[in-house]
Amino acid sequence: MDSPTPSARTPTPPSPLEGEGALHPEPVRPSPTELDLFLGFLSASVRGFGGVFVMGRRMLVEERQWLTPEEFVELLGVCQFLPGANIVNLSVAVGQRFRGWKGSLAALAGILGMPAALSVVLAALFLKYAAIPQVAHAMGAVAAAAAGLVIGAALKMAEPIFRKDWVLGVPVAVMTLGLAAVLRWPLPAVLLTMALTGSAIAWVRRTR
Amino acid sequence: MSNTPSPLAQVAPQFLLLSVLAIGGVNAVTPEIQRQVVDLRHWMSAREFSELFAVAQATPGPNMLIATVVGWRVAGVLGAVVATLCMCGPSSLIVYVVTRAWDRFKGRPWRQIVQDGMAPVVVGLIASSGWILAKGADAGWKTAVLTAGGALLVWRTRLNPLWALGVAAALGVAGVV
Repeated sequence: MDSPTPSARTPTPPSPLEGEGALHPEPVRPSPTELDLFLGFLSASVRGFGGVFVMGRRMLVEERQWLTPEEFVELLGVCQFLPGANIVNLSVAVGQRFRGWKGSLAALAGILGMPAALSVVLAALFLKYAAIPQVAHAMGAVAAAAAGLVIGAALKMAEPIFRKDWVLGVPVAVMTLGLAAVLRWPLPAVLLTMALTGSAIAWVRRTR
Repeated sequence: MSNTPSPLAQVAPQFLLLSVLAIGGVNAVTPEIQRQVVDLRHWMSAREFSELFAVAQATPGPNMLIATVVGWRVAGVLGAVVATLCMCGPSSLIVYVVTRAWDRFKGRPWRQIVQDGMAPVVVGLIASSGWILAKGADAGWKTAVLTAGGALLVWRTRLNPLWALGVAAALGVAGVV
């Protein structure tokens, strides 16, 4: 029978490598309310021109100090691994951490509400004035540049991944591009094929 | 049209599914959204899709507003709300559950292998997104230069990406492009 008393286990002394807690006294944990979470993520969202990510970090780590830089990186790692926009996932995770599901909902409403409304207003304005030649030209040009931003983001992401292991990275990325962009396979088929291929190559590379 | 389900009834389940598949963010499922609304259902041209994407990109906020804007375009304000919720709901639920239980997965070797294997897949999907959007916006060498300029700005500089959109808009209004 397992003893339920915690004292049955011998307490392990903190290892010198992990002994952060011994060096730094436990800081006072922040405890934002649902309203704080809503307002915090709202403030990050409306300042996040060209992606909220940078503003999100500034708000969480520097301004409100709800997360330490280390906690931010760790939570972000989880969020990147899961489906969904990073910053949206981060809002759910941070909300959850402080206020459970109510916190998640409050943070989600903060990060999404205003941008979603704004995007609709902008799209409506654009379609209303799309017949004006200058507007049409401007939007065509902006669309081309916006496509470039996405390509740039892919290149930026690719650099460290290719550098870490190009034998895995380059063929898998190129194959994914071929299936999704050139052959236009449905996404579930692309993901299934490439997740298996990528993981299999990663497994072989690791166990060699 | 009266016998086919409304656009909203077609978009909502599609986005619920894409939400779960959006590993690497909504940019990774943008090729699939485009395939659905342009290639399969012909609700808009490839050029209009690229333009709506630009509107979403120019709006401050998370990189998922393309879903909101597409929902609005095919089914009005209700469409925007439903599309946003469908695109965020399932993924948020997953994040909620996983972040609560995350410590249990820590240090499992399969996690690192899958993470390593998926990283280049995400790169490929985002590159696909850029490729498809660029093709939709393509109107000759001048737009190609703008695409290359936007890519270089993000890749090689730390400037705010909005600069690229602003410069492109100015060139467009001036009639240069």
